[in-house]
Amino acid sequence: MKNGSAAGQVAAPLLVAEKLSCVVDGRALFRDLSIILRPGDLVEVRGRNGGGKSTLLRCLAGLLPASAGQVRRRCGIDYVGHKPGLCGRLTAAENLRWLAALRGRRADGREIANVMGQVGLDGAGQQPCGALSAGQLQRAALARLSFGGARAWLLDEPLAALDDDGAVMFQDALAAHRARGGAAVCATHRPLTAPPDATRVLWLAP
Amino acid sequence: MSLFWAQLRRDMLLAARNPAEAATPVVFFLLCTLLLGLGADAEGRVTAGFGAIWVVALFANVLATEALFNRDFDDGALEQMLVHARPLYALVMGKLAAHWLVSGLPVVVLAPAAAFALLDSFAGVGRLVASLLLGTPALALYGAIAAALTTGGNRGGLLLVALATPLQLPVLIFGVSLAAGDHGAFAGFALAALLTASLTFAPFAIGKALAISQEY
Repeated sequence: MKNGSAAGQVAAPLLVAEKLSCVVDGRALFRDLSIILRPGDLVEVRGRNGGGKSTLLRCLAGLLPASAGQVRRRCGIDYVGHKPGLCGRLTAAENLRWLAALRGRRADGREIANVMGQVGLDGAGQQPCGALSAGQLQRAALARLSFGGARAWLLDEPLAALDDDGAVMFQDALAAHRARGGAAVCATHRPLTAPPDATRVLWLAP
Repeated sequence: MSLFWAQLRRDMLLAARNPAEAATPVVFFLLCTLLLGLGADAEGRVTAGFGAIWVVALFANVLATEALFNRDFDDGALEQMLVHARPLYALVMGKLAAHWLVSGLPVVVLAPAAAFALLDSFAGVGRLVASLLLGTPALALYGAIAAALTTGGNRGGLLLVALATPLQLPVLIFGVSLAAGDHGAFAGFALAALLTASLTFAPFAIGKALAISQEY
């Protein structure tokens, strides 16, 4: 495991993972992994398929207890896993309304329409999510990030299935989030454009 | 509280999107009682009548329970609930309320019709409806604990029934006594106590069981 350049900031960390280890069926996915996530940080988690990227994000989100070590979350987190969290029988607008409620926000129709417009889903809001393409589904999945006001984003393959426009849209949103003092940990196979000084790449290697 | 309403609204909407699936337990309940009425002779019908209706109501509940959390597990909605819903029990209560409104309340409402189909009379139907009104929410809550424990992976099916039945058995026993009118007052209090206990503990047990479902 190699750590890229460390961010040289001193702001209080948003999320700290200390000596995390995860052993699944006798196989260690990662050992003694430590992450300190400060405002403005972007950590790209890279590694081969099945290398433990999603497992690491699930540990950080609190869905999966680590085999050893601990995670301290000091701010609100927002998690978008590789399952979209959108019910195929409900429309994107209905799903987003529910996702906003989960985050303690009562979003009205206009706000939902606004958010859908931001992610380029203007025309698709009234179709059931089961009828959307993979890329549209990913856009809808990422749209929820605008509801929470969470400072730490934990995203699993945010660029998966997105077209070029979609990727740029996400990267702009990520840059704006970091400029506001937010931070993100993203599992990804494609580099996420970002100011190199604050981007760290975490390689999960066997 | 807004979490409760958001979840209730979502699950009712889902039921409305697929009425055929949502109505399956209720149709099952009606069909079974009708067939029992056709199949049994007159004496057997009268003695076994309310008990048979209660057993069918229990099976109808198990039928509705299997899909309760598994769809949310499959599409990732469950992850979102566990990471973001605070407090989780408000959301779980909303989900259970929708579950009972779709699969339990119609059974209570249709019970007089089922009783008439089975027994050719409305005698004692008030007690039957009262027993189901107290009993079906308790069946739904205890069944949901079993559903939460079998969520994820390829569990479910027989294991769900094996886990749910022991929890639901006391409800069935006191429900049938209340409906049949033996030890009526005691059975009524016992049923109310079972419902209160399930309302108090089930949402927490379900939350815990759902969290465990994520630990694969």
